[in-house]
Amino acid sequence: MNTDLLQLICFYFFGAVAVLGGLMVITVKNSVHAVLSLVLTFFSMACVWLLAEAEFLAIALVVVYVGAVMVLFLFVVMMLDIKQEAVREGFIRYLPVGIVVAVVMLAEMLAMIGVKAMHAHTLGPNPAGDSNVAWLGQALYTEFLLPFEIAALILTVGIVAAVALTLRQRTGVRHQSASQQVAVNAADRVRVVKVAVERPASVNPAPVVVPPQENAP
Amino acid sequence: MITLSHYIVLGAILFCIAVAGLFINRKNVIVLLMAIELMLLAVNTNFVAFSRFFGDVGGQVFVFFILTVAAAESAIGLAILVLLFRNRSTINVAEIDSMKG
Repeated sequence: MNTDLLQLICFYFFGAVAVLGGLMVITVKNSVHAVLSLVLTFFSMACVWLLAEAEFLAIALVVVYVGAVMVLFLFVVMMLDIKQEAVREGFIRYLPVGIVVAVVMLAEMLAMIGVKAMHAHTLGPNPAGDSNVAWLGQALYTEFLLPFEIAALILTVGIVAAVALTLRQRTGVRHQSASQQVAVNAADRVRVVKVAVERPASVNPAPVVVPPQENAP
Repeated sequence: MITLSHYIVLGAILFCIAVAGLFINRKNVIVLLMAIELMLLAVNTNFVAFSRFFGDVGGQVFVFFILTVAAAESAIGLAILVLLFRNRSTINVAEIDSMKG
Protein backbone atom coordinates (compact mmCIF):
# COMPACT_ATOMS: atom_id res chain seq x y z
CA MET A 1 0.00 0.00 0.00
CA ASN A 2 1.51 3.31 -0.99
CA THR A 3 1.98 6.18 1.47
CA ASP A 4 -0.50 8.56 -0.12
CA LEU A 5 -3.40 6.15 0.19
CA LEU A 6 -2.45 5.39 3.78
CA GLN A 7 -2.38 9.10 4.59
CA LEU A 8 -5.77 9.56 2.98
CA ILE A 9 -7.24 6.70 5.00
CA CYS A 10 -5.78 8.17 8.20
CA PHE A 11 -7.17 11.59 7.31
CA TYR A 12 -10.67 10.22 6.75
CA PHE A 13 -10.52 8.20 9.96
CA PHE A 14 -9.34 11.09 12.16
CA GLY A 15 -11.68 13.52 10.43
CA ALA A 16 -14.65 11.21 11.00
CA VAL A 17 -13.75 10.81 14.66
CA ALA A 18 -13.40 14.59 15.01
CA VAL A 19 -16.79 15.25 13.41
CA LEU A 20 -18.41 12.55 15.53
CA GLY A 21 -16.86 14.04 18.67
CA GLY A 22 -18.06 17.49 17.65
CA LEU A 23 -21.59 16.21 17.18
CA MET A 24 -21.46 14.56 20.59
CA VAL A 25 -20.26 17.81 22.20
CA ILE A 26 -23.41 19.65 21.18
CA THR A 27 -25.92 16.84 21.70
CA VAL A 28 -25.05 14.81 24.80
CA LYS A 29 -27.06 15.43 27.92
CA ASN A 30 -24.28 15.32 30.47
CA SER A 31 -21.86 18.26 30.47
CA VAL A 32 -18.96 16.08 31.64
CA HIS A 33 -19.50 13.80 28.64
CA ALA A 34 -19.57 16.87 26.40
CA VAL A 35 -16.18 17.99 27.72
CA LEU A 36 -14.75 14.52 27.20
CA SER A 37 -16.10 14.46 23.64
CA LEU A 38 -14.43 17.79 23.02
CA VAL A 39 -11.17 16.26 24.24
CA LEU A 40 -11.65 13.48 21.67
CA THR A 41 -12.26 16.07 18.96
CA PHE A 42 -9.14 18.01 19.86
CA PHE A 43 -7.09 14.84 19.88
CA SER A 44 -8.32 13.78 16.44
CA MET A 45 -7.71 17.23 15.04
CA ALA A 46 -4.18 17.16 16.45
CA CYS A 47 -3.68 13.97 14.43
CA VAL A 48 -5.07 15.71 11.34
CA TRP A 49 -2.62 18.56 11.90
CA LEU A 50 0.16 16.00 12.14
CA LEU A 51 -0.87 14.77 8.70
CA ALA A 52 -0.39 18.35 7.48
CA GLU A 53 3.09 18.20 9.02
CA ALA A 54 2.41 20.93 11.56
CA GLU A 55 4.04 18.92 14.32
CA PHE A 56 4.67 21.67 16.82
CA LEU A 57 1.12 22.98 16.69
CA ALA A 58 -0.32 19.47 16.96
CA ILE A 59 1.66 18.83 20.13
CA ALA A 60 0.82 22.31 21.42
CA LEU A 61 -2.86 21.57 20.81
CA VAL A 62 -2.65 18.41 22.87
CA VAL A 63 -0.58 19.97 25.65
CA VAL A 64 -2.30 23.35 25.89
CA TYR A 65 -5.85 22.41 25.02
CA VAL A 66 -6.29 18.85 26.20
CA GLY A 67 -3.85 19.27 29.06
CA ALA A 68 -4.82 22.66 30.40
CA VAL A 69 -7.97 24.22 28.98
CA MET A 70 -10.08 21.07 28.87
CA VAL A 71 -9.01 20.11 32.38
CA LEU A 72 -10.07 23.60 33.47
CA PHE A 73 -13.43 23.04 31.76
CA LEU A 74 -13.81 19.66 33.44
CA PHE A 75 -12.93 21.19 36.79
CA VAL A 76 -15.54 23.92 36.44
CA VAL A 77 -18.22 21.51 35.16
CA MET A 78 -17.67 19.19 38.08
CA MET A 79 -17.49 22.02 40.60
CA LEU A 80 -20.74 23.66 39.56
CA ASP A 81 -23.88 21.81 40.53
CA ILE A 82 -25.88 22.13 37.33
CA LYS A 83 -29.42 20.98 36.98
CA GLN A 84 -29.47 19.19 33.66
CA GLU A 85 -33.18 19.53 33.03
CA ALA A 86 -33.21 23.31 33.41
CA VAL A 87 -30.41 23.93 30.95
CA ARG A 88 -31.74 21.36 28.49
CA GLU A 89 -35.15 22.90 28.03
CA GLY A 90 -35.65 24.35 24.56
CA PHE A 91 -33.28 21.79 23.06
CA ILE A 92 -35.96 20.20 20.90
CA ARG A 93 -37.49 23.57 20.07
CA TYR A 94 -34.28 25.05 18.67
CA LEU A 95 -33.05 21.81 17.09
CA PRO A 96 -34.64 22.37 13.65
CA VAL A 97 -33.39 25.95 13.51
CA GLY A 98 -29.87 24.86 14.41
CA ILE A 99 -29.83 22.07 11.84
CA VAL A 100 -31.21 24.29 9.09
CA VAL A 101 -28.73 27.09 9.78
CA ALA A 102 -25.79 24.67 9.97
CA VAL A 103 -26.73 22.80 6.80
CA VAL A 104 -27.34 25.97 4.82
CA MET A 105 -24.07 27.44 6.04
CA LEU A 106 -22.17 24.27 5.19
CA ALA A 107 -23.70 24.20 1.71
CA GLU A 108 -22.73 27.83 1.16
CA MET A 109 -19.22 27.23 2.38
CA LEU A 110 -18.76 24.18 0.18
CA ALA A 111 -20.11 26.10 -2.80
CA MET A 112 -17.68 28.90 -2.07
CA ILE A 113 -14.74 26.58 -1.57
CA GLY A 114 -15.51 24.79 -4.79
CA VAL A 115 -14.57 21.26 -3.83
CA LYS A 116 -14.15 20.10 -7.40
CA ALA A 117 -11.94 22.99 -8.41
CA MET A 118 -9.65 22.77 -5.41
CA HIS A 119 -9.37 19.03 -5.49
CA ALA A 120 -6.42 19.35 -7.83
CA HIS A 121 -4.35 21.28 -5.29
CA THR A 122 -2.22 18.79 -3.47
CA LEU A 123 -0.19 20.11 -0.60
CA GLY A 124 3.16 19.71 -2.29
CA PRO A 125 6.54 19.41 -0.59
CA ASN A 126 6.87 20.41 3.03
CA PRO A 127 8.17 24.01 3.17
CA ALA A 128 9.51 23.50 6.68
CA GLY A 129 12.20 21.09 5.56
CA ASP A 130 13.29 18.70 8.26
CA SER A 131 12.20 20.54 11.37
CA ASN A 132 8.84 22.20 11.75
CA VAL A 133 9.86 23.56 15.15
CA ALA A 134 12.97 25.26 13.76
CA TRP A 135 10.93 26.75 10.93
CA LEU A 136 8.31 28.10 13.29
CA GLY A 137 10.76 29.26 15.93
CA GLN A 138 12.89 31.08 13.39
CA ALA A 139 9.90 33.17 12.35
CA LEU A 140 8.54 33.56 15.85
CA TYR A 141 11.69 34.99 17.34
CA THR A 142 12.66 37.27 14.48
CA GLU A 143 9.75 38.46 12.39
CA PHE A 144 7.00 38.02 14.98
CA LEU A 145 8.91 38.98 18.12
CA LEU A 146 6.64 41.85 19.13
CA PRO A 147 3.40 39.84 18.74
CA PHE A 148 5.10 37.08 20.73
CA GLU A 149 5.76 39.50 23.60
CA ILE A 150 2.20 40.78 23.38
CA ALA A 151 0.95 37.19 23.62
CA ALA A 152 2.90 36.83 26.85
CA LEU A 153 1.28 40.02 28.11
CA ILE A 154 -2.17 38.69 27.19
CA LEU A 155 -1.53 35.51 29.14
CA THR A 156 -0.45 37.56 32.17
CA VAL A 157 -3.59 39.66 31.94
CA GLY A 158 -5.58 36.42 31.71
CA ILE A 159 -4.03 35.06 34.89
CA VAL A 160 -4.57 38.30 36.81
CA ALA A 161 -8.15 38.64 35.58
CA ALA A 162 -9.07 35.04 36.42
CA VAL A 163 -7.63 35.34 39.92
CA ALA A 164 -9.13 38.78 40.53
CA LEU A 165 -12.58 37.66 39.38
CA THR A 166 -12.80 34.53 41.48
CA LEU A 167 -11.11 35.88 44.60
CA ARG A 168 -13.54 36.75 47.31
CA GLN A 169 -13.09 38.01 50.83
CA ARG A 170 -15.84 37.00 53.17
CA THR A 171 -16.30 38.98 56.33
CA GLY A 172 -17.07 37.47 59.69
CA VAL A 173 -15.24 34.24 59.03
CA ARG A 174 -12.59 33.06 61.46
CA HIS A 175 -9.78 31.36 59.70
CA GLN A 176 -6.15 30.78 60.32
CA SER A 177 -3.69 33.22 58.84
CA ALA A 178 -0.73 31.07 57.92
CA SER A 179 1.56 33.98 57.18
CA GLN A 180 0.94 35.52 60.57
CA GLN A 181 1.41 32.16 62.23
CA VAL A 182 4.73 31.62 60.55
CA ALA A 183 5.96 35.14 61.11
CA VAL A 184 5.34 35.11 64.85
CA ASN A 185 8.25 35.67 67.23
CA ALA A 186 8.84 33.38 70.16
CA ALA A 187 9.51 36.38 72.34
CA ASP A 188 6.03 37.77 71.59
CA ARG A 189 4.26 34.65 72.80
CA VAL A 190 6.21 33.51 75.83
CA ARG A 191 7.09 35.90 78.61
CA VAL A 192 9.56 34.76 81.22
CA VAL A 193 8.80 36.25 84.57
CA LYS A 194 11.00 36.18 87.58
CA VAL A 195 9.13 34.81 90.59
CA ALA A 196 10.58 34.71 94.06
CA VAL A 197 11.35 31.17 95.17
CA GLU A 198 9.00 29.80 97.80
CA ARG A 199 9.46 26.49 99.49
CA PRO A 200 6.27 24.56 100.11
CA ALA A 201 5.64 24.09 103.80
CA SER A 202 4.62 20.43 103.71
CA VAL A 203 7.59 18.96 101.93
CA ASN A 204 10.34 20.70 103.65
CA PRO A 205 9.25 22.32 106.85
CA ALA A 206 11.01 25.46 107.46
CA PRO A 207 13.01 25.56 110.59
CA VAL A 208 11.42 27.47 113.29
CA VAL A 209 13.38 30.50 113.74
CA VAL A 210 12.71 32.46 116.73
CA PRO A 211 13.22 36.00 115.84
CA PRO A 212 15.50 37.65 118.21
CA GLN A 213 13.66 39.67 120.67
CA GLU A 214 14.25 43.24 120.08
CA ASN A 215 14.33 45.37 123.00
CA ALA A 216 11.36 47.52 123.19
CA PRO A 217 12.21 51.08 123.17
CA MET B 1 -3.41 12.09 -1.72
CA ILE B 2 -4.67 14.63 0.77
CA THR B 3 -5.57 17.85 -0.97
CA LEU B 4 -6.14 21.35 0.34
CA SER B 5 -9.90 20.98 0.00
CA HIS B 6 -9.91 18.00 2.38
CA TYR B 7 -8.71 20.22 5.20
CA ILE B 8 -10.97 23.12 4.33
CA VAL B 9 -14.06 20.93 4.09
CA LEU B 10 -13.24 19.34 7.44
CA GLY B 11 -12.85 22.80 8.95
CA ALA B 12 -16.15 23.92 7.44
CA ILE B 13 -17.97 20.87 8.81
CA LEU B 14 -16.59 21.46 12.32
CA PHE B 15 -17.48 25.15 12.13
CA CYS B 16 -21.06 24.36 11.13
CA ILE B 17 -21.37 21.83 13.95
CA ALA B 18 -20.26 24.56 16.34
CA VAL B 19 -22.82 27.01 14.91
CA ALA B 20 -25.56 24.40 15.32
CA GLY B 21 -24.35 23.89 18.90
CA LEU B 22 -24.70 27.60 19.58
CA PHE B 23 -28.31 27.44 18.38
CA ILE B 24 -29.53 24.31 20.12
CA ASN B 25 -27.72 24.75 23.44
CA ARG B 26 -28.68 28.32 24.11
CA LYS B 27 -29.35 27.74 27.80
CA ASN B 28 -26.07 26.16 28.83
CA VAL B 29 -23.16 28.58 29.01
CA ILE B 30 -20.58 25.81 29.31
CA VAL B 31 -21.64 24.19 26.05
CA LEU B 32 -21.67 27.62 24.43
CA LEU B 33 -18.05 28.15 25.47
CA MET B 34 -17.18 24.70 24.16
CA ALA B 35 -18.85 25.49 20.83
CA ILE B 36 -16.67 28.60 20.58
CA GLU B 37 -13.59 26.47 21.20
CA LEU B 38 -14.75 24.16 18.42
CA MET B 39 -15.10 27.12 16.05
CA LEU B 40 -11.57 28.27 16.86
CA LEU B 41 -10.32 24.76 16.18
CA ALA B 42 -12.00 24.75 12.76
CA VAL B 43 -10.48 28.12 11.88
CA ASN B 44 -7.05 26.97 13.05
CA THR B 45 -7.32 23.94 10.78
CA ASN B 46 -7.81 26.28 7.84
CA PHE B 47 -4.77 28.28 8.88
CA VAL B 48 -2.62 25.17 9.17
CA ALA B 49 -3.74 23.84 5.79
CA PHE B 50 -3.15 27.11 3.96
CA SER B 51 0.19 27.63 5.69
CA ARG B 52 1.27 24.22 4.46
CA PHE B 53 -0.14 24.84 0.99
CA PHE B 54 1.50 28.21 0.41
CA GLY B 55 4.66 27.37 2.30
CA ASP B 56 4.19 30.46 4.46
CA VAL B 57 5.12 30.28 8.13
CA GLY B 58 2.80 33.16 8.99
CA GLY B 59 -0.24 30.89 9.09
CA GLN B 60 1.23 28.60 11.71
CA VAL B 61 2.48 31.55 13.76
CA PHE B 62 -1.03 32.92 13.66
CA VAL B 63 -2.42 29.61 14.91
CA PHE B 64 0.04 29.88 17.78
CA PHE B 65 -1.34 33.30 18.73
CA ILE B 66 -4.93 32.14 18.34
CA LEU B 67 -4.21 29.29 20.76
CA THR B 68 -2.76 31.80 23.23
CA VAL B 69 -5.71 34.16 23.05
CA ALA B 70 -8.21 31.28 23.19
CA ALA B 71 -6.58 29.90 26.32
CA ALA B 72 -6.74 33.30 28.03
CA GLU B 73 -10.31 33.77 26.83
CA SER B 74 -11.53 30.45 28.18
CA ALA B 75 -9.75 31.03 31.50
CA ILE B 76 -11.47 34.40 31.94
CA GLY B 77 -14.77 33.04 30.65
CA LEU B 78 -14.76 30.19 33.13
CA ALA B 79 -13.83 32.60 35.93
CA ILE B 80 -16.82 34.76 35.00
CA LEU B 81 -18.96 31.61 34.89
CA VAL B 82 -17.88 30.59 38.38
CA LEU B 83 -18.61 34.09 39.63
CA LEU B 84 -22.02 34.04 37.95
CA PHE B 85 -22.91 30.68 39.41
CA ARG B 86 -21.81 31.81 42.86
CA ASN B 87 -24.01 34.90 42.75
CA ARG B 88 -27.04 33.63 40.83
CA SER B 89 -26.88 29.84 41.38
CA THR B 90 -27.65 29.24 37.73
CA ILE B 91 -25.88 29.07 34.39
CA ASN B 92 -29.08 29.38 32.42
CA VAL B 93 -28.59 32.21 29.94
CA ALA B 94 -32.28 33.04 29.94
CA GLU B 95 -32.21 33.83 33.66
CA ILE B 96 -29.15 36.07 33.47
CA ASP B 97 -30.97 39.20 32.40
CA SER B 98 -30.30 41.65 35.21
CA MET B 99 -28.92 44.22 32.76
CA LYS B 100 -32.18 44.10 30.77
CA GLY B 101 -30.34 44.14 27.50
